[in-house]
Amino acid sequence: MTTANKAFGLLSAGLLGLGLLATGPANAADDGTRIDWGPYKVDEKRSGYTYAGAQTRAMQDDEFQNPAFLWLERGMDLWETADGAANTSCADCHGDAEESMAGVATRYPIYFDDWGKLMNIEQRINWCRETQMQAEPLKWESDALLGLTAFVKNQSKGMPIDVAVDGPAAPFFEQGKAFYETRRGQLDLACTHCHVDNEGNLIRAETLSQGQANGFPTYRLKWQSVGSLHRRFRGCNRNIRAQPYPYGSDEYTNLELYVTWRGNGLPVESPSVRK
Amino acid sequence: MVRHRTILLAAAALGLAAAAPPAQAAGVVEYAVVDGYTIPEPLTETPGDPVMGRKWAINRKLGNCLSCHQMPIPEEQFHGETGPALYGVGDVYSEGELRLRIVDPKALNPYSMMPSFHKVAGLNRVLDGFENKPILNAQQIEDIVAYLMTLKDTSRN
Ligand code: HEC
Ligand code: HEC
Repeated sequence: MTTANKAFGLLSAGLLGLGLLATGPANAADDGTRIDWGPYKVDEKRSGYTYAGAQTRAMQDDEFQNPAFLWLERGMDLWETADGAANTSCADCHGDAEESMAGVATRYPIYFDDWGKLMNIEQRINWCRETQMQAEPLKWESDALLGLTAFVKNQSKGMPIDVAVDGPAAPFFEQGKAFYETRRGQLDLACTHCHVDNEGNLIRAETLSQGQANGFPTYRLKWQSVGSLHRRFRGCNRNIRAQPYPYGSDEYTNLELYVTWRGNGLPVESPSVRK
Repeated sequence: MVRHRTILLAAAALGLAAAAPPAQAAGVVEYAVVDGYTIPEPLTETPGDPVMGRKWAINRKLGNCLSCHQMPIPEEQFHGETGPALYGVGDVYSEGELRLRIVDPKALNPYSMMPSFHKVAGLNRVLDGFENKPILNAQQIEDIVAYLMTLKDTSRN
């Protein structure tokens, strides 16, 4: 952990204490005005952290309790492990991740010239494996890819998200925005209905958050596992009985840019813990 | 006159394939909206059963009305709040008005978050296995309308 990360951890532990005093029951829907959420709330933008129960937040904040760190440690090992026909490791090219990867997660997804389309972190990792290491790409939702993604993103922990949506990324951003606003599924709902119009409201037992991306990959208690942002997209699609798109599809990567941009200014908090 | 004309999928496909996409599909009963705000005629000949209607309203795979509405159903713990509370709704609306509000609330408010429970036309990317099926069948709609008509008390207890 870098010094900056430690400071961030201490800060959030302090906030948590305050939060506990002010809220009482963990699931009491909070309008965000009574609590100083510190870095987790920037103007009207609120991380899913601020809608999570106190126990879930405490679990996220403590590295030894946060189950996602098991995946992250796997990623840390893989960072050093040579693989592929080129017999190289991530570290051979990038050295110390604490330095070389700091800030990277704040910028992704990026527009990638060679592809003429967007690339997210998972896709970058697999691009490195295929072209640099001459190794097989890692499967989506494998512990290895989740672990490496969590490890890379964690190097930007506490840094504000700042994805670019202008220039060559603009048309992809527009497609992501259109996806976000389009009704789909048997229940005929768009992302906006739940995460914009009803943030903070209960939908049965769940408090709807703004659906921010800054904590992914996330350990979800319901999954008993870490999962990617695209897994969450698939879940939200299925819940409204809409046909999901494949992991890593252009549709979801464009959507990822739009959803990530909604959180520009919020800190990277991967790996988060959610209900 | 009671309307009870279930359009079979085959008939819809044959008869309408050449024209615009079939307006309604298997299991969707034809109904008439009157003056843009009510469906006065029941969708089925069997009168709605309020006891069953209450069950469909709770059932997460059917009405799941509680995901969005608070209702006088104290044994269920979590009531959503994305829609208005339904206490006393049977006093505010007529049976026909409630029927339209469940069959196709978007006929009243095109921006509504509430699903159209008995309409399949115009849906986008429906999950495999749910295509061309309404969320609730005609009898379930009638049962829920009958149940909502019993909600006469606007107070919460
Ligand atoms: C019917 C309501 C509903 C719809 C529609 C919906 N979601 Fe969600 N979403 C939820 C619920 C409930 C949760 C879990 C609680 C929370 O974080 O909001 C959730 C969580 C999320 C999260 C995780 C947030 C976090 O902090 O961990 C993301 C990201 C998300 N949704 C994105 C989307 C996107 C993108 C769409 C459209 C493709 C969408 N959702 C559509 C209900 C919905
Ligand atoms: C995904 C959310 C959602 C679900 C599920 C839902 N509703 Fe609604 N409902 C709404 C909203 C939002 C409104 C407010 C009016 C509008 O926007 O159309 C509403 C309005 C209503 C009204 C009119 C209330 C008034 O005071 O004007 C009735 C009656 C109603 N709903 C009944 C039901 C029943 C019965 C079910 C289940 C079969 C159900 N709703 C399921 C969201 C929902």
